[in-house]
Amino acid sequence: MSEQDPKGAGAGAYWKENIRLLITLMAIWFLVSFGAGILFRPFLDQFMIGGFPLGFWFAQQGSVYVFIVLIFYYAARMKSIERKYDLDD
Amino acid sequence: MSTQALIYLFVGVSFAIYIGIAIWSRAGSTKEFYVAGGGVHPIVNGMATAADWMSAASFISMAGLIAFMGYDGSVYLMGWTGGYVMLALLLAPYLRKFGQFTVPDFIGTRYYSKVARTVAVICLIFISFTYIAGQMRGVGIVFSRFLDVSVEVGVIIGMAIVFVYAVLGGMKGITYTQVAQYCVLIFAYMVPAIFISMLITGNPVPQLGLGSMVNDGSGMYVLQKLDSSLQAMGFGPYTDGSKSMIDVFCITAALMIGTAGLPHVIVRFFTVPKASDARKSAGWALIFIALLYTTAPAVAAFARLNFNDSVNQTAYEEAPGWFKNWEKNNLIAWVDKNGDGKMEVAKGDAFKGSPEYTAGTGASGQRLVKNEVLSDNANEVYVDKDIMVLANPEIANLPGWVIALVAAGGLAAALSTAAGLLLVISTAVSHDLLKSTFKPDISEKAELLSARVAATAAIVVAGILGIYPPGWVAQVVAFAFGLAAASLFPAIFMGIFSKKMNKEGAIAGMVTGLVFTFSYIFYFKLLADPAVNVADNWLFGISPEGIGVVGMVLNFIVAIVVAKLTAPPPAEIDALVESIRVPRGASEAHAH
Repeated sequence: MSEQDPKGAGAGAYWKENIRLLITLMAIWFLVSFGAGILFRPFLDQFMIGGFPLGFWFAQQGSVYVFIVLIFYYAARMKSIERKYDLDD
Repeated sequence: MSTQALIYLFVGVSFAIYIGIAIWSRAGSTKEFYVAGGGVHPIVNGMATAADWMSAASFISMAGLIAFMGYDGSVYLMGWTGGYVMLALLLAPYLRKFGQFTVPDFIGTRYYSKVARTVAVICLIFISFTYIAGQMRGVGIVFSRFLDVSVEVGVIIGMAIVFVYAVLGGMKGITYTQVAQYCVLIFAYMVPAIFISMLITGNPVPQLGLGSMVNDGSGMYVLQKLDSSLQAMGFGPYTDGSKSMIDVFCITAALMIGTAGLPHVIVRFFTVPKASDARKSAGWALIFIALLYTTAPAVAAFARLNFNDSVNQTAYEEAPGWFKNWEKNNLIAWVDKNGDGKMEVAKGDAFKGSPEYTAGTGASGQRLVKNEVLSDNANEVYVDKDIMVLANPEIANLPGWVIALVAAGGLAAALSTAAGLLLVISTAVSHDLLKSTFKPDISEKAELLSARVAATAAIVVAGILGIYPPGWVAQVVAFAFGLAAASLFPAIFMGIFSKKMNKEGAIAGMVTGLVFTFSYIFYFKLLADPAVNVADNWLFGISPEGIGVVGMVLNFIVAIVVAKLTAPPPAEIDALVESIRVPRGASEAHAH
């Protein structure tokens, strides 16, 4: 069982920090897939990286790589936020 | 050794391994049966999730679909990976902290209502059965293609194998079997992909090969060459799709949110020891999935390029060996519209429907079909999109053992997904309906037995659906994702992120999302004439595949309005939400 009351002030601040982080990361998630891969694709396709039109690359390759980075970054950041508030498992 | 003997050997050995693992790791308690005891390492769970997730469709059909859809195929690539970000960030750690066994457990407890739980169970069973019918059919097709048995016998063999390890092993058994299945399927997918990438671009990494130059001395990039050869044949360019932007947007979103709401995926995150492990595990799952999902578009482009080069304007007598092989297997047909003996590939269908062969052969030795030939276009070749993956080893001139490997890989993909789905169905019946709704005083032993009986029954139903596929199976994969997005996802999400959401709001929202999405898909896919299912008639130009997003938005709106007008949830729900939001204590939460 936890030593600290989870309803305490720590839990509130922890949750706020989590929500802020979530909003940032979900915004990136949206930008690389729906943004670069779909909405801005016609514009981005005029640039090339190697043999890929840029928008096409985001849609079929790049967005997936960013997704992986997002999850591991979130897992690592949350671990340190949880330690800060002494709420880790 | 002949290729056929190698296929028997590879498939036989892989099945022996799966069953051996199942016997070694069989479940002894309901906790082991439902969530593998809750002690699975996050990397192991990630690998099992990847196998659970990637079905026969991902393994066999996806690259072929992308090959013919070009840019539009991105909806699958982004849609079926982006959902893991939502899972890892928005759902998995909190559901793990909540610490019971199932999705309906969460919805029933969080919304303090048996009605909410029952609505969730109905959504879950409908979603899972839609999904599994396609899987069992996939098992049957792979068996029949590689083992020379009929589809029906294939389905029965598949049922028997799944029966042994899902009924005996439960979640614990399938988790470790899925790890083995992942290894088989990814190896089987990557080997031909690497060779074909080398063959076409000289670069062994398919993900890089897709952006490299074709090594035929033309100095053109793969995608450039593909665009120009397709345009010369009357198609649109590969890197530009034909779907409208709003439709691509909505289908991608429906697949992503649907992924995050699919019960057989969510339940995998109940098996890790801690809430923080659930996040990491989703990341590992995505790495394992991405390996195949970033290779698939490369395989797609290479296969299409190779197909154009080696088939278009080639005389049938000189057609490559794989072309005739797959013609024998009913997946390719050629009708010589202009009688020049050469195969022409162009935009449009060669004939109506899928080929129905006659016994005779034509002037060049091709198999004749009795389908009505369509004369409004120049295309003479019918191709089943599945051959893009299945024929790869032959196209790249790889030895027989690679073909055998692809057979074992396709079966691993189909069986692992079927087993995962069967398990959530049996859990829903024995745990959510029997124990939590009708007979709360049932003993642990009786519950475990009923879970096994339910799994057996589910296998039989799934097998029957696979042998006698109702016409709607192929049509309604959209159902599974659309309904998961429109019903389960919003209820779970609001259950975690809003303390004010009450049972009236959640139930009204789920029912609205479910009914709206169901009716829209049902109308366009099953009720209306196929000619009606076009963009002009769709709501905002959104196809049935993408409508789950609108259903989800409606769910949120209705839930929030109803919750404002009715009594707030009781104080203990406030405390429950507080407790699932912090990770500490997750390892104790399983004991209940």
